[in-house]
Amino acid sequence: MTPSSQAPARSLPGSGEARRHLIVAIVNNRPGVLNRVASLMRARNFNIESLAVSATDDPGTSRMTLTILGDEVHVEQAAKQLYKLIDVLKVQDVTDDSIVEHELALIKVRATKRNRPEIVSVAEMHHGRVVDLGDDAVVVEAIGEPGEVDRLVELLREFGIKELVRTGSVVMSRGSGSIEEQVKR
Amino acid sequence: MTQIGHVPGAGTAAAAESERARKEMLRDARIDSRDGARPRIGADALCEALLRQGSDVMWGYPGGVILPLYDVLADHPKLRHILVRHEQGAAHAADGYARASGRVGVCLGTSGPGATNLVTGIGTAMLDSVPMVVITGNVPGALLGKDAFQEIDITGITLPMTKHNYLVRSADEIPAVVAEAFHIARSGRPGPVHVDITKDALMGQTSAPHPSDEEVLAGLPGYRPKMEGHPRQLKSVAEAITAAERPMLLVGHGILISHAETELLALARKAQIPVAWTLLGIGAIDERDPLAYGYMGMHGWKHANRAIQSADLILAVGMRFDDRVTGNVRTFAPKARIVHVDIDPAEIGKNVVADIPVVGDAKSVLGALLPLIDTVDASRRAALFAELATWRAESVESPWHGSGGWRDGVLSADFVVDRIAAGCDHDANLTADVGQNQMWVARYGGFRRTNSHLSSGGLGTMGFALPAAMGAAVAVPEKRSWAIAGDGGFQMTLQELATIVQEKIPVKIALLDNKKLGMIRQWQEIVYAGNYHSEQLNGPDYLKLCEAYGVPAWKVSKPEEVDAAVASANAVDGPAMIWFEIAERQNVYPMMPAGKGLSDLIDKWGDDGEDVTDGASGPRRDPADPADGSGSGGAAR
Ligand SMILES: Cc1ncc(C[n+]2csc(CCOP(=O)(O)OP(=O)(O)O)c2C)c(N)n1
Repeated sequence: MTPSSQAPARSLPGSGEARRHLIVAIVNNRPGVLNRVASLMRARNFNIESLAVSATDDPGTSRMTLTILGDEVHVEQAAKQLYKLIDVLKVQDVTDDSIVEHELALIKVRATKRNRPEIVSVAEMHHGRVVDLGDDAVVVEAIGEPGEVDRLVELLREFGIKELVRTGSVVMSRGSGSIEEQVKR
Repeated sequence: MTQIGHVPGAGTAAAAESERARKEMLRDARIDSRDGARPRIGADALCEALLRQGSDVMWGYPGGVILPLYDVLADHPKLRHILVRHEQGAAHAADGYARASGRVGVCLGTSGPGATNLVTGIGTAMLDSVPMVVITGNVPGALLGKDAFQEIDITGITLPMTKHNYLVRSADEIPAVVAEAFHIARSGRPGPVHVDITKDALMGQTSAPHPSDEEVLAGLPGYRPKMEGHPRQLKSVAEAITAAERPMLLVGHGILISHAETELLALARKAQIPVAWTLLGIGAIDERDPLAYGYMGMHGWKHANRAIQSADLILAVGMRFDDRVTGNVRTFAPKARIVHVDIDPAEIGKNVVADIPVVGDAKSVLGALLPLIDTVDASRRAALFAELATWRAESVESPWHGSGGWRDGVLSADFVVDRIAAGCDHDANLTADVGQNQMWVARYGGFRRTNSHLSSGGLGTMGFALPAAMGAAVAVPEKRSWAIAGDGGFQMTLQELATIVQEKIPVKIALLDNKKLGMIRQWQEIVYAGNYHSEQLNGPDYLKLCEAYGVPAWKVSKPEEVDAAVASANAVDGPAMIWFEIAERQNVYPMMPAGKGLSDLIDKWGDDGEDVTDGASGPRRDPADPADGSGSGGAAR
């Protein structure tokens, strides 16, 4: 028999090139569903970058937006595992679809009377706006694609960031298609 | 505001409710007097719901919060409750009941320790896709989260090891939840469903009706198992079969679960494809069939593993490419295209990349494939079959096939298993425990019938055999039920001897006593270079033990005594046990060291009766497989 060392190697699932995937899931709006999703992702070793949970237009369902790192097979596996949860109604990998992807961040920046105008203009030039103005701190709100938010955060870091919160991405398909309508059908 | 003692938040409505619930929990008085009609409560709804689902038996153990159920059981006499001696036994018994019959097994326990004792059995059923409904009581709703007596977050614990679970807080929910639980447990890829019910839900009055099947489905919009394979995929499979010169069917539990045995045989015959099976695929095909080629995997037959390694097409049906099956995936069936048929889409592409995936029920998919494939004349595969026959002969005749020791008066385990199977005309249900005994049962059990082999494959749970065989005996009384266990596993759940005596459950027990944790000893010998530790296992005098429990028993130490003892045990009307004192150092060969491939089997048996190994011994080293760092692998670990 051929010793295994000489046999051609079968490729392993998930060994392809990893990239960031965006997954949208419509789930039952019931207690414990977030725990089910989180527990599954942890137990099966999926690498979640962000998870946003929110309402939909139907009070019976919620929407989860997950960003997961991995190759196609790995992320498809994550989607299929999610589908196995009885409370998960619909899962879509929208990474390569035509979508709007936005994230909201609040950034509390150290400020002095002197540099406050500079902070305000940096914010305004980069999809941000100032939502609270104090003597020694400014809260900037940024809404945009995660890359744009990243850039603003980097720029503000020069002034000194006291506190940062980001929601994680939420996405919606462009055009008339609707995952919510698909679920109802 | 008046302060009441030092109850947190005293005086608030929540505190009052919590205090009421605390009193409620302590009040274990009967809810009514039994003269005359009494209101229907949640516990009644539960019993009705179980009966409506066709359950006739439940395995359980009482405790504080589940007592309201026991309070009404006498009013539902069609529901038989079997009192076990440990909740783990209840779970395995429900599991064995389900595996042997294909019906949903039911077990129950109280909150806290009762529930945690069920956990091992739930995990066992989960990894082997066994339909089971597990019921636990919990503290009254108002006490949830307060660390009340015997409160544990059991739904949090069972969440990752159930197909689905529920926490029921009101009596009105019970009918719908139980109906859903059964539907989920038995449909699609089956699995255990846990229903945790608070004490006040069990005690609350309710008039909630039982839902119709349509209502159950309407309540589960996110759950629609896909039964039929996609026509395009089926066509590709048919083409792949036509093109293949060395096809192999590799079948698993899915065949048994979906009752696809007939379709499997028809397909194998029509296209002349030999069949190999996984541990849980045993029984998918009669082992005497000319196309039945063998049990494969870590301790499978060398010829079966060899055939897979040389195949150009693997038709994997209802199996999940477990690491005990594939060994190192990179070297698994290196020349083969892989067709993977499974009802669970997540199994496809999980462990092995499939060339042609088909999502669907095994019976439906194989049935739909049949008309699409060409009839192959056996002559087309003459060369292949001749080669396979040679491999099989080599494999069966090689000295390590069993020990051959019985010829010299040594009682070897393979011989015992073979004689038990023969002594029951190959028609008994044989339940294995875990370890070497499990592999001997798998290899030498001579199975001819579906669901006649029960084994904890995925979780590899020691202690499984006796309680699961007890479940099988109750589920399928017309078939003999044998538990075949090592001395280690037997000592984990032997308290169920009392259950089988009290309930007159005719389980026959074959204790394969090597006075060792045999599989641990084998690994320490082969993988850890003879550095033995904690493998020596003293046991009691099992004849005295059986006498104490009231189980007729025999002790057998010589090969020539085996047949008579098996016949005597079979002749007992009720439970019986045979204590086989087997060779202390017999190994299960062949063996694929963890992390190695199916072509790397250790398969030597020394002439002097001492086990020798194939270059695997030598200086002490770590086990090859980092994923199996414990190294304490039973066959199923
Ligand atoms: C509950 C549990 N604990 C530990 C193990 C690890 N394990 C696998 S096989 C084995 C030894 C089994 O010994 P025994 O029951 O005597 O059976 P034998 O191998 O001798 O047939 C052990 C400890 C396990 N599978 N299950």
